[in-house]
Amino acid sequence: MKKTVLLGALTAAAFAAGAASAATLDDVKARGKLNCGINTGLVGFASPDANGRWEGFDVAVCRAVAGAVLGDQEAVDFVNLTGKTRFTALASGEIDLLSRNTTWTFSRDVDLKFEFVGVNYYDGQGFIVPKELGVSSAKDLDGATVCIQTGTTTELNLADFFRANNMSYEPVPIETAAEARQQYLAGACDTYTTDASGLAAQRAAFETPDDHVILPEIISKEPLGPLVRHGDPEWGDIARWTLNALVAAEELGITSANIDELLNGTESPEINRLLGTEGNLGEMLGLEADWAVNAIKAGGNYGEIFARYLGESTPVGLARGLNAQWQDGGLLYAPPFR
Amino acid sequence: MPQTSYVRTEMVPERAPPPSTAGVIGWMRTNLFDGWMNSILTVISLAFVVWVLLSAVPWLISPTWNATSLQECWALIEAAGKPEGACWGVINERWPQMLYGFYPEELRIRPTLAFFLLFVALIPVLFNMISRRMNWLLLVLVLFGATFFAAASVLMVAVQVVLGAALAWLAYTVVTTKAGDRAEAIAAGASRLPNPLIFSALYVFLMPWLLWGGPIWSPIGAAMGFVLGWAAYRMLAAVIGNLGAIIAAFLVPVVWWLFLIGYFVSALSSVLPIGLEPVDSRLFGGLLLSVTIGVTAIAISLPLGIVLALGRQSDLMIVKSLSVMFIEFIRGVPLITLLFVASVLLNIFMPPGTNFDIILRVIIMATLFASAYMAEVIRGGLAALPRGQYEAADALGLDYWKAQRLIIMPQALKISIPGIVSTFIGLFKDTTLVSIIGLLDPLGIGNAIRSNAAWTGIVWELYGFIAFLFFVFTFSMSRYSMYLERRLRTDHG
Repeated sequence: MKKTVLLGALTAAAFAAGAASAATLDDVKARGKLNCGINTGLVGFASPDANGRWEGFDVAVCRAVAGAVLGDQEAVDFVNLTGKTRFTALASGEIDLLSRNTTWTFSRDVDLKFEFVGVNYYDGQGFIVPKELGVSSAKDLDGATVCIQTGTTTELNLADFFRANNMSYEPVPIETAAEARQQYLAGACDTYTTDASGLAAQRAAFETPDDHVILPEIISKEPLGPLVRHGDPEWGDIARWTLNALVAAEELGITSANIDELLNGTESPEINRLLGTEGNLGEMLGLEADWAVNAIKAGGNYGEIFARYLGESTPVGLARGLNAQWQDGGLLYAPPFR
Repeated sequence: MPQTSYVRTEMVPERAPPPSTAGVIGWMRTNLFDGWMNSILTVISLAFVVWVLLSAVPWLISPTWNATSLQECWALIEAAGKPEGACWGVINERWPQMLYGFYPEELRIRPTLAFFLLFVALIPVLFNMISRRMNWLLLVLVLFGATFFAAASVLMVAVQVVLGAALAWLAYTVVTTKAGDRAEAIAAGASRLPNPLIFSALYVFLMPWLLWGGPIWSPIGAAMGFVLGWAAYRMLAAVIGNLGAIIAAFLVPVVWWLFLIGYFVSALSSVLPIGLEPVDSRLFGGLLLSVTIGVTAIAISLPLGIVLALGRQSDLMIVKSLSVMFIEFIRGVPLITLLFVASVLLNIFMPPGTNFDIILRVIIMATLFASAYMAEVIRGGLAALPRGQYEAADALGLDYWKAQRLIIMPQALKISIPGIVSTFIGLFKDTTLVSIIGLLDPLGIGNAIRSNAAWTGIVWELYGFIAFLFFVFTFSMSRYSMYLERRLRTDHG
């Protein structure tokens, strides 16, 4: 133990120089496992099932990358991270990929020296109110008491929104989502505000979900996405294009059900290129030709993953909204595979 | 002439106490209804207890044991015609996760075995009323039970037969021998079974091996470090004197553990690859994590605390100032900060790719934290000893270590028992703080379970269960400390 600490101190300088992050792909291949940072538990995004297998929307990204790189969606070591430990874990090399509902912001990308590889969920801050309050718009919330998690960006967004609309509010500070639920249901506040996906998940677990409505206004932009370290563009490319492959697969109609059939060759050159039956996209990434096939087989295309963990048939019950494909009026727009 | 006696010569026969002071009624009169003030308080307290039970028990008794989601619970409660009830399905479905975290299911016998062996190893240390045979009987019993959960094979059947025979023989001797006869036989020089403390010492190396797996040569190699240190002391003491030999006995194992043990393990593993399947620290969770961290930190922090307390009282300037600095620094910093250092800072300082086990880091931090508090508790015990005890030890001509071992420490530790056990209990509860660095202790697992769409919104059942688990451990520790205080009480009355 002492040896490692000593070595660590000695090499700290070398690490600071950024020598650490070269060739993540080789490390992952040598290890045979992807180290992926996920939440310690967030409804729909990351949670363990009864057998201890992690499931969720963010987890699916990890599994897709593991599929693309190692050909096995189970070859992932999940590292549970809190909001405080997530960035150090990524910067220090403890994890290769962080997929933990992290908002893409300027300072995180530039100042913290990370590389957001895309957006897998466009979230935004919303409000939930009891139906009996008779409020149909967030603009009607003047003078309301608001349950708000302290120390988050949501707190700042809330202040901005009320100031911009010349309204006043009384904050009820809370610490955790569980506390928020208790306070809100006990009537300690008129409305509770957090990310809309979180509100939907909370509401699903109310005893009478229909007595509560999520207001239509979304007052902030919260693009959540997976990220990697600066300094290894090749690894960043792999993560970025794996995510793109999932989105493109939905656009092109490739699903986990029909992918084996499509592998026999199709009329569409783009599908063929994506699935590796034509061209050498995999080779360019330093991966096998069937990298995207394995990524898609891991959990299906983007639409399938969304439907399984967040969609309207799940307790979370989210509509696609901004997260629909661009043809359907959403923001998902994968660059061409060419 | 008959003597006239004015003094009664025979005893008056004993009479039964008046009914109002004996039996149930007497007990109630003295304890519950002693005066009108106490009677009122008793009635109010009873009413409160009844009120709590009336509201809690109907909630606790709830036909939801087999539910698979919160929604199903609600349906079952409604079907039973109750206004509200607990949702026990979550405990039924997730209790293995709360106990073991993500430890592979087929290997869970290993931590279970380690847990039961812990008691076998602790009993000879903690209690002195159980005979050696009884201890070995317990050990064989636990091992025998464990074999039934291991994969069946010819070897395992053979082991079972051997253990079963040993169990039967030990049980037979324990049952047939009278304690008094045996004591006489021992006094007369009868041969005895080996001291069970041997197993307690081996357990220190056995436990990590059972939990983390790996080649059997790792625990053997770790144990050999102590053997080497002892051998170095014995060989060098005559040649270069006592102090040099002590330094050598300290250096040799350190060098062995740091540099040579890797070669030793890999060489022997390539020749004889015996071992258990390795389990990654990341998979540890739930109560297993708390107990692993808690027990290890408790076991190491006591000796470390004693050394620090003595260091702080020492006349040697450097030893004293180092001890003071360590204690004051650790006590001046919150445990959460130390945990963040373990999880975040060390990560940055270490070369990328080094795998310095996160649980080990946390154990080290928790141990250092507890040992600083322990040192101060024990210093309190030392300060309470009258000066005369030290002088008496000097007058007997005992050297420093002998005086500490024979006179000072037994008394100081006895005085410190409540404080020591309080520190232990506090440390055990503090293990839940690891959830803030992303380790899934029972609270972290509870949170993860609540993030599953089926169980979102569950609060009381999960936290109640966790509270119950912790209560069992901390309450046992507290009862043990009371037992120990009674056992070691030497004053009268």
